[in-house]
Amino acid sequence: MTSAGPEDLAAFTARVEAWVEANLRPVDPALYEGAFRTDLSEEEELAAVGAERALQRRLYDAGLAGLCVPRAYGGQGLTPEHQQALNRAIEGHEFPVRLQAPTFTPCLAVLLEFGTEEQKRAHVPAILRGEELWMQLLSEPGGGSDVAGALTTAVRDGDQWVLNGSKIWTTGAWWSDWGLCLARTNWDVPKHRGLTVFMLPLRRAGVDIHRIEMLNGSREFCQEFFTDVVVPDTDRVGDVDEGWTVGVRWMFYERLLYETPLVTFPSGLSRTFIRSSYAELARAAGRGHDPAAQELVGEARMLDVAFEVLQERIALGVRTGRISDQAAAVARLFKGVTAGRTRTIAFELAGMTGGVWTADDGPLAERGVEYLMRQAGSIGGGTTEMARNVISERVLGMPRERAGDRDIPFREVPRAPSSPPSGLP
Amino acid sequence: MLLKPTADQQSLRETTARFLAATVPPGRLRELHRDDAGFDRAWWERGAELGWTSLLVPEAGGGGSVSGRPVVDATRLAHEFGFHAAPGPLLPCNLVAAALGAARPSHPEVLKGLLSGSVVGSWCLTEARPDGARPEGIATTVTLEGGELVVEGSKRPVESAAQAQWLLVTGRTGSGLTQVLVPAATPGVRLEPMTSVDLTRRFWAARFEGVRVPVEMAVGPVGGAAPQVERQLRCGLVLLAAESVGAMQRAFETTLQWSFDRYTFGRPLASYQELKHRFADMKTWLETGHALADAAAAALDEDDPGAAELVSAAAAFIGEYGAELVQDCVQIHGGIGLTYEHDLHLLLRRVTLNRTVLGTPAQHRRRIAALLAEEGGS
Repeated sequence: MTSAGPEDLAAFTARVEAWVEANLRPVDPALYEGAFRTDLSEEEELAAVGAERALQRRLYDAGLAGLCVPRAYGGQGLTPEHQQALNRAIEGHEFPVRLQAPTFTPCLAVLLEFGTEEQKRAHVPAILRGEELWMQLLSEPGGGSDVAGALTTAVRDGDQWVLNGSKIWTTGAWWSDWGLCLARTNWDVPKHRGLTVFMLPLRRAGVDIHRIEMLNGSREFCQEFFTDVVVPDTDRVGDVDEGWTVGVRWMFYERLLYETPLVTFPSGLSRTFIRSSYAELARAAGRGHDPAAQELVGEARMLDVAFEVLQERIALGVRTGRISDQAAAVARLFKGVTAGRTRTIAFELAGMTGGVWTADDGPLAERGVEYLMRQAGSIGGGTTEMARNVISERVLGMPRERAGDRDIPFREVPRAPSSPPSGLP
Repeated sequence: MLLKPTADQQSLRETTARFLAATVPPGRLRELHRDDAGFDRAWWERGAELGWTSLLVPEAGGGGSVSGRPVVDATRLAHEFGFHAAPGPLLPCNLVAAALGAARPSHPEVLKGLLSGSVVGSWCLTEARPDGARPEGIATTVTLEGGELVVEGSKRPVESAAQAQWLLVTGRTGSGLTQVLVPAATPGVRLEPMTSVDLTRRFWAARFEGVRVPVEMAVGPVGGAAPQVERQLRCGLVLLAAESVGAMQRAFETTLQWSFDRYTFGRPLASYQELKHRFADMKTWLETGHALADAAAAALDEDDPGAAELVSAAAAFIGEYGAELVQDCVQIHGGIGLTYEHDLHLLLRRVTLNRTVLGTPAQHRRRIAALLAEEGGS
C-alpha cells in the first residue's frame, strides 16, 4: 500500500475479515433487537457502554474507525465501498451498537461539515477512539416536531454564551459526553433565522439530566435542563443565527441513519433477525400451519422486504440526484406505518400469551408490551404526520399548510396561554 | 421505474412509450373493447419489431437483452404497457418465447414466429383450484405413451388462447412436471371464452381431452421441467408487477394534476391536508411498488437466492396497494372517476386483473410464509 492512494479494496477486505475473525466475538443478532433493553440495571448498562467504548478503541487501533473520515482528523480517508466491506465482515459479530447513532450520524457528520478546523481536530479523533459519545439536543418539551421553534435560548456575553432552557428525547444522554444543541439567539427575526448551534459537554455546571421512564419501563430517554450554562464562542458550530442551515443538514443526516458511510452496522442485521422472528412466533404459538397465521407472517415479512428495497431505492435516488433529498420522508413514513403494523401482527400471532405471560413463554412473552409501545415508530424522529406534510409539500409540490409563525418575529409567534413566559429574554 | 437505466433501456422504454401513445390512445382501447381478439395482429407485429418479444430469449435463439439483464429490460416494456393500459399478449408471448429459448434446441420456427410477432403463443399454467396458480396445484397430466405425449386436463384463464397458434401446456408427469407445445388446432383442444375485468385482455378456458402430440413437442425434459416452470412463473409475476406499477404511476400523476385543477369551496383539492396526506401515502406505496418490482426483476436476472421471496413480496404488495392506490384515485376524482368516459378505469381494470391472474396477494403472503418455513426447516 502506498501512502498516496486508498488501500486496495480486495486487500482491505481480506485484512478486515482476518481481523474480525481474530478479534471480535460472534454474537446472536437477536441481542441487538433494540440495543436499549429494559432489563439491564444501571450498572450493567454503564458496563455495556464502557465495553463498547473499549471496542471502538480497538477498531481505531486496528485502523478500522472512521473509514470515510479524512486522515487529518484521525480517520482513514477511504471510500464507502470500504465501509461496506467492513459492514459485511462484522456480520454476526459484536460491534459498538450504541455509538453509531447519534454519535457517528448525525453528530459526527455535522461536525465534519460545519465544524472549524480546531473543533474537528479536537473532537473527531476523540469520537473515533470511543472517548466522546455525542447526543443531539434538538427536540424540546413544548416543540414536538416543530424543531425550529426552539425556545432554549443562548445569550451572548463577551466571548461566551449563556444557555437556558430544556431539551428532551435524548437517548442515553446520562452516559454520554457531549451534545450538539440548537438554541435561539435572536427573538426579533422569524423563527428559522434566529437559531445557532453549539456544542457542549453534558457534564458541565448547570446541565441537569433526568431520565424519563417510558410505559415499557425503559429509562433511556432523557430530558436535560440548562441553567446559565456557559459555552465559549469557540464551541459555536456555524455562524450566529445561521443554525437552521446547520439544522437542515443535521436532520438530513439523522434521516439517513445507517445509510451513511460514517456508520458501522452489520449488513443484513435487521434482515437476519426479522427472518426468523415471525415464523418462529407462529410456530411457538402452535400456529405454524394455520393459514390465517401464515398470511400474517407473510404480510409482516413482505413489509420488511418492501422497506429494505424502498430504503435502497431512495438512498440511491438521493445519492444520484434522481430524487429530492426530501424523499427521505417517504422511507420514514413507510417505516413508521409498517413498524406499527408488524408489531400488531406479532401481538396477534402471540395470541392470549401476548397479553398475559410467564418467563417460560419464550418469544411469545412481552409482545403485548411491544404493542403498547407500537406508536413509537410513528412518533420518534419526526411524526408520520410531519412526514406526510413533507412529502405532499416538498416532494409533490402541493400547497403548504397555513402557519402562524411565518415571516413574523419569533417573539410575536402565538403560544399556548399556558406556556410560561419566563425564560424569555 | 429504474433509477439508473442504461441508455439502451431508456431508449427501449421511450420508443415503446411513444408507439403506444400514438397507436393505442384511450379512444382506440374503447374500440378494441368491442373486438374479439382485443388487439390487432398487424399492430402486434409492428410492436414485435420494437423488441417486445425478444428480450427474454438468448441471442443464440434470435433474441437478445439490451443490457445483459433480460428480465429488467422486459419490465421496462411492461411498465409502459401498464402506463398506457395497452392491449396485446405481452405476457404470454414473452413467457412462451422464454421457455423455448431456454430449452435448446426447441422449435426454432415457432420461436422465430413469436419473435417477429407473426405467431402468438400462450402459456397454460393455472387451473381453477385454490392453489391453481402454483405448480404444486397442477392436476393436468402429460403422459408418455409410445412416441406421444397425451395431455389431459383443464386450464384457465389462458390469455389470448384463441389468437394463439401454439399453447405451452404445463402438466404433471408422475411426480414431475412436463411442458409441451401443443398446436392450438390439435383435436381435443377446446376453448371457451371467458370474461375479464380488463377492456382488452382476453382469456379463454382451455380443455385438453386426450390431446396427443409427438414427444418432440416437449419443451425441456419430460418430468423434469419444474425449475423452468418456476422461472417462467417468477418472470410472469415480475412482468405483472411492473405493469401494475406503470398503471399506478399513471393514475397517481393524473390524480395529482386533478387535485391542482379541481376547485371546491374556493380552494384547489390539493390544499386540503386530508388529501395531501392521502397523496403522501399513495406516493409511498408507489415508490415501494417501483422498488419491489425493480428489485425482484434484478434478483431474477442475478439468480439471487432471495428471488422467490422478493417476487412474492412484489406480487403481494403491488397487488394489494396498487389496487388501493387506484381506488383512492377514483375516490379523489369523485363520481366522474366511476364513469366509462373517464380514463381512470382503464388503469383500475389493469391493476385489478393483474392482482388475480398469477395468485392473489393473500396467496403470495402465504407463499412468503411457506418460504420462511422451508428456510427455518420445519
